[in-house]
Amino acid sequence: MTTVAVLVDHRDGAVTRPSLEALTLARTLGTPVAVWLGSAPAADAAALLGEYGATEVRVVDAADARVASRAAAALGAASADADVVLVISTFVTKEIATRLALATGAGVVVDAAGAELVDGKVETFQTVFAATWDVRTRIESDKAIVGIRPNTTIAAPAEAAGAATVVDVEVELPATRERITHVEAVEQGEGVPLAEAPVVVSGGRGTGGDYALVTELAELLGGAVGASRDATDEGWISHEHMVGQTGTTVTPALYVAAGISGAVHHRGGMQASGTIVCINMDPEAPIFEISDFGVVGSLFDVIPQAVARIKEHRGA
Amino acid sequence: MRILVTVKHVPDLQSQRSFTEGRVTRSGDDGTMNELDENAVEAALQLVEAAGEGEVYALTVGGPDAVAAVRKALQLGVHHAIHVSDEAIADSDVFGTATVIAAAVRKVHEEAPLDLVITGMAALDGLTSMLPTALAAELDWSQATLASALSVADGEVTIERHLPDAHETLVAPLPAVVSVTDEANKPRYPNFKLIMAARKAPVAQWSLADLGVDASAVGKAGARTVVVDASPRPAKENRVKITDTGDAGTQLADFLIEKGLA
Ligand SMILES: Cc1cc2nc3c(=O)[nH]c(=O)nc-3n(C[C@H](O)[C@H](O)[C@H](O)COP(=O)(O)OP(=O)(O)OC[C@H]3O[C@@H](n4cnc5c(N)ncnc54)[C@H](O)[C@@H]3O)c2cc1C
Ligand SMILES: Nc1ncnc2c1ncn2[C@@H]1O[C@H](COP(=O)(O)O)[C@@H](O)[C@H]1O
Repeated sequence: MTTVAVLVDHRDGAVTRPSLEALTLARTLGTPVAVWLGSAPAADAAALLGEYGATEVRVVDAADARVASRAAAALGAASADADVVLVISTFVTKEIATRLALATGAGVVVDAAGAELVDGKVETFQTVFAATWDVRTRIESDKAIVGIRPNTTIAAPAEAAGAATVVDVEVELPATRERITHVEAVEQGEGVPLAEAPVVVSGGRGTGGDYALVTELAELLGGAVGASRDATDEGWISHEHMVGQTGTTVTPALYVAAGISGAVHHRGGMQASGTIVCINMDPEAPIFEISDFGVVGSLFDVIPQAVARIKEHRGA
Repeated sequence: MRILVTVKHVPDLQSQRSFTEGRVTRSGDDGTMNELDENAVEAALQLVEAAGEGEVYALTVGGPDAVAAVRKALQLGVHHAIHVSDEAIADSDVFGTATVIAAAVRKVHEEAPLDLVITGMAALDGLTSMLPTALAAELDWSQATLASALSVADGEVTIERHLPDAHETLVAPLPAVVSVTDEANKPRYPNFKLIMAARKAPVAQWSLADLGVDASAVGKAGARTVVVDASPRPAKENRVKITDTGDAGTQLADFLIEKGLA
């Protein structure tokens, strides 16, 4: 029997959608157990994890697991019996996964778009080279750690879900040489975070700094607002909105690029999205090469008209 | 101030590339130094310049072509270049690569102590961002990753890091492994004099034997993961491109509605 430990991502005590996606994926690999770092989850959060198939919620109430080596020790203590450990792939969890792998001899793949068991070994799929290649990787070691990207599995409750038992895990976390001397929380905007959003509407230099239309379309479609590096560099919108290789990688069902040329750095962070739409004045812009639907035109004309048409359709 | 910078040789993302038997085929000159490692080189040069003394080493691990990465670093102004190459290294996973880089770092560190190893935030081929952590663990040095700003004083490095949920200030005692983001600085351009000098500058060539690393610990033999299949993503089919003549917004909306996306 394969035990699959899922490191739960939670915000203000609430389980995030990617965690439910990861539990859904975990059920296809074996028996999921949820690992919760931080003070114990409220009853409804634990119940939700159970609904998605977690048989246990293992809580490591570890003060200050912000440093990767401490978080890895906490996760390691709660997943010692697991054959597979799933984390949501972010810059932070990649470091945790690396530390845990070194401590346990596990093989790691991060940024995976999926995973399956083949002859008892975990195989993963990823895209590489600015999302121009598909790669399948086999994890040869007995223990496998997989960093899974948000929006790559459709979250669904388990058919025969039981209540998850909440278990406390005691662990002495290692001392670290590093000290975090200052933490300033980033204000989380309204709505879904960029990495998890099913729809992303991004604006670039072509917006001229005016994000009103981009934001209106994003809200209408239930999505998040993204941006190119040029736009964040200009200070038009905060860094957290940047999509691309050095920003956030997104794989929403729909990606709209408005006034973005489609530089390789930007494409690398969005090219694996489901449907791609672009609006650009320059018919030669590289973004057209990867767009399912491209409009040569000004976003200031096209977006208001599209918004009006969608509203009209919904009203009908 | 003595700093070693890791620089990776990667395929040029603007050019075509391919896999052969699960490995990236790198033809002659379509490879470059990983763009994000320019920020690492720049950070090291700035620290040495600010200290008014010191030396910067550039280190790459890779096949024969990878020497191009350290030549690029020499053009930017690093003082010493090291190229670790050995047939047994091919197909290493991140842990194999970290073992080799750590051994090379120790060799330099034993000659005269290093203060820092600075890496890029990610190699733009795979973008895993795992090597800096693996290297810090392997060396048992402190770790300060994803620095968008850094400074060194009183035997400690202080960095700023912008994570999705918080902005942190982290202090780590030296020696430390630091990875820098592309926000950390603006890389300089090589000048003519340095380009000429880089051509003739010596590059130390080290093998696994020179580093005392057992070949079975690295390469395919030591890898915990193997690529079993790789293929180019097919080009999108049925692409539509329209020019706005007054109703493109409506057409765009209808496309989304039809697809069930709006
Ligand atoms: C190491 C490195 C890492 C990088 N990482 C990233 C990254 O992660 N993410 C990222 O985005 N970039 C990144 N970049 C920058 C990247 O190379 C490009 O410079 C950037 O993506 C360009 O932003 P843009 O498309 O908004 O601007 P531009 O390239 O200037 O394109 C603007 C587009 O808007 C169009 N336009 C103008 N007016 C209108 C209008 N009214 N309506 C419609 N279209 C209009 C123009 O035709 C043009 O195509 C990185 C660069 C480097 C060197
Ligand atoms: N083979 C290598 N040789 C030298 N440096 C490397 C190598 N692989 C990774 N690095 C360094 O580690 C950083 C992060 O790489 P990665 O973890 O592969 O995304 C890069 O920016 C490089 O500085």
